[in-house]
Amino acid sequence: MIAEVGLAALWMAAALALGQMVCGALALREQGAEIGALTRPFAIVQGLLLAISFACLLYLFAITDLSTKLVVANSHVDKPMIFKVTGVWGNHEGSMLLWVTVMALAGALIAWLERRLPENTMQATLAAQGFVALGFFAFLLFSSNPFERLPTPAVSGVGLNPLLQDIGLAFHPPTLYIGYVGLSVAFSFVVGALVTRQVTPDFARAMRPWVLGAWVFLTLGITAGSYWAYYELGWGGYWFWDPVENASLMPWLAATALLHSVGVLAARDALRTWTVMLGVIAFSMSMLGTFLVRSGVLTSVHAFAVDPERGAFILALLVLYIGGSLALFALRAGSISEGERFTLASRESALVFNNVMLSAILGVVLLGTLYPLLAEAFNARVSVGPPYFNPVSAVFAVPMFLVLAVGPLLQWRKDRFSRIKTPVMISGAALVLALVGLGLFVDMSILALIGFALAIGLGVASLQPLWGRNLLRVPTATWGMVAAHFGVAVALFGIASEAALTEERLAALTPGESVVVGEWMVTLDGVEPRAGPNWTALEARILASYDGGAQRALAPQARTFTEPVQETTESALETRWNGQLYATLGNRLPDGRWQLRLWWKPFVTLIWFGGILIALGGALAIVGHLRVHLRRQSIERQIALRHGQELPA
Amino acid sequence: MNKLLIWGPLALFLFFAGVAGYQLTQPKDETVRSAMVGKPLPAFDLPAYDPAGEGDGPARITDAIFRDGRPKLLNVWASWCLPCIAEAPQLEALEQMGVEIVGVAIRDKPEDIAQFLARHGNPYTAIARDDISEVQLGIGSSGVPETFVIDGEGVIRYQHIGDIRPEHISDLLRELEAAG
Repeated sequence: MIAEVGLAALWMAAALALGQMVCGALALREQGAEIGALTRPFAIVQGLLLAISFACLLYLFAITDLSTKLVVANSHVDKPMIFKVTGVWGNHEGSMLLWVTVMALAGALIAWLERRLPENTMQATLAAQGFVALGFFAFLLFSSNPFERLPTPAVSGVGLNPLLQDIGLAFHPPTLYIGYVGLSVAFSFVVGALVTRQVTPDFARAMRPWVLGAWVFLTLGITAGSYWAYYELGWGGYWFWDPVENASLMPWLAATALLHSVGVLAARDALRTWTVMLGVIAFSMSMLGTFLVRSGVLTSVHAFAVDPERGAFILALLVLYIGGSLALFALRAGSISEGERFTLASRESALVFNNVMLSAILGVVLLGTLYPLLAEAFNARVSVGPPYFNPVSAVFAVPMFLVLAVGPLLQWRKDRFSRIKTPVMISGAALVLALVGLGLFVDMSILALIGFALAIGLGVASLQPLWGRNLLRVPTATWGMVAAHFGVAVALFGIASEAALTEERLAALTPGESVVVGEWMVTLDGVEPRAGPNWTALEARILASYDGGAQRALAPQARTFTEPVQETTESALETRWNGQLYATLGNRLPDGRWQLRLWWKPFVTLIWFGGILIALGGALAIVGHLRVHLRRQSIERQIALRHGQELPA
Repeated sequence: MNKLLIWGPLALFLFFAGVAGYQLTQPKDETVRSAMVGKPLPAFDLPAYDPAGEGDGPARITDAIFRDGRPKLLNVWASWCLPCIAEAPQLEALEQMGVEIVGVAIRDKPEDIAQFLARHGNPYTAIARDDISEVQLGIGSSGVPETFVIDGEGVIRYQHIGDIRPEHISDLLRELEAAG
């Protein structure tokens, strides 16, 4: 019964999306204003229906309803409750339903709250949102129905991909999805504004919270995904340039550029075409990511739900949305005026420079990710890895970080470089000191050295917008910018440390033997079998002491999951303020010794701490903009009230 | 903005969509085959599962058991593996047809093995206990259950991935005949 309710709600919501699209489109005609008024209620009810539909699926997983095909294929009666719940989106159908649900809730929220845009642009935006949603509804209802019943109920359920039975990964996909969906909302705004030719600062201000929100979630999602890959895959690295990882990085790069350009459009009415273009590209990248992950056209360590038929469906959606919007953009771009002008020494031009650099990095990642696919079409098998991605993206990242240090100090529109001489000198001095100091005393690669110097210089520079100001009076949005930019410096410091200072040991030990890695003395105590709720494992007991200090116990495992069968490496981490000891258990050698892989990674945690700071900065910016918006509204209301009182008199 | 910047993205995107569409229509070989098929079984020496502690069977099982001139099945399984339960009737059927099956129990405890055999039948001529998956990894098996056809000289002839369903029995018999 519950499954049928969920399915019915899904169908009704799809019908409403169709109505929303049709009414919004009809409203664009001269006499259509009244029918257009229907789009808002349609969007709100659609959001409610999807909330119901998603709740139904959640319930089916929670009680492990074994007559529902999806539950049987992805859950198990014996699975811990938390993973039963996260199993809802740990599969293709459920994650698509989550996607559509978040999208419809976002649509409902815009329809309910957004009053800044002219009504016809708003209706066109909602029509575009209905159009995008409709494709996903079709996908769900015709090719990936999450509520499909089995002819006869199953006995126990098959399980869940063990790699996904991890608390980090359980919440990683929804985080990214919220980001993707936020970009789809921004995309709808762009289409609406293009259709009604109203690319204005008001449009940018309406879109900005969605772009910022999407970006915050994408940042968190990538940070969490990176940490998950780091400790769960047992490879000891934090970024592998895997197609699936790139699929989330590309929308983030586009969203980062978009967010800065939306800011310029909102504040200065410049960069209109560029903002619209980035809005289309950011959503295109999230669609492309979905396609790459789910179609099976690229092989990856963690692609899932691979199915050519679904791939064809997403490709069709891709052509419809991306092709359509790029064509719309091309047709309308000529009629968008460029807006306000600015000079070279201005905050706008620094932002434009960094937007171009971000776009270049996006191009580098896109090319590297798609190149194997293109090559394969011509019967050549290639794989593109860090030797390409690292140096080529660094070529654009280094100048970007340098400009990032200077940009926030410049004024809008027109400034003089001489005005910001002192702060630039201070940051520059920090950079040079770090470069010389580290270069002389620590032996490291040139790229890592540049990374350290940039991180230190940027760290100093990013705090300078606060310099000499009353900190209590600094706007929240400025705090957000400072936090995000400082976060970039922190993450960069972590990355440079990981590259330059990591020490690695591959040891073969019999119990009782010790090995030294960095400042650590590591002793293998023993190896024993372990059993969990749905896995068995070999677990090593390791005692590690830092610089002769107290011993700490670590227990890395080589784990075998039973349902379905899969082997995973559970690394063990010992975190200190100055870094992490990372241990994994390998094979037993014929002579009975056990292989241990050990890394001492100084300051590695700063990579993810930086990511969190960046996301926090974005969240502060949202709060700041909303506060300004609310204050402006209340002032306008007071003025209106005063006028109202004065009129009768 | 000039024409190239405006129409370029669309052109690039359509090119990509064309290539991706072409790629989707290409067949893909997704199966994981052991690189060991056609090669001799790696040497191993494992403790044997001894049901009642009677000690009447051999204490250890080595790769020599596969070199007695008669083709056999090597079945990688475990008492904690649910597909192995589904597979049990087919192994019974094969045993009744006179097929010799050597089991390799992966990371298992003797009492669990005993319980499993009591409940689902014992089709095995011998069971080796592989506590650290060394044989499993050695013969290129990636999961449980998996079944290999080994000829009388100890050479791996065929690999069956996953549980044996009724429709697979004739395939296995054919491979055994070819190996013998």
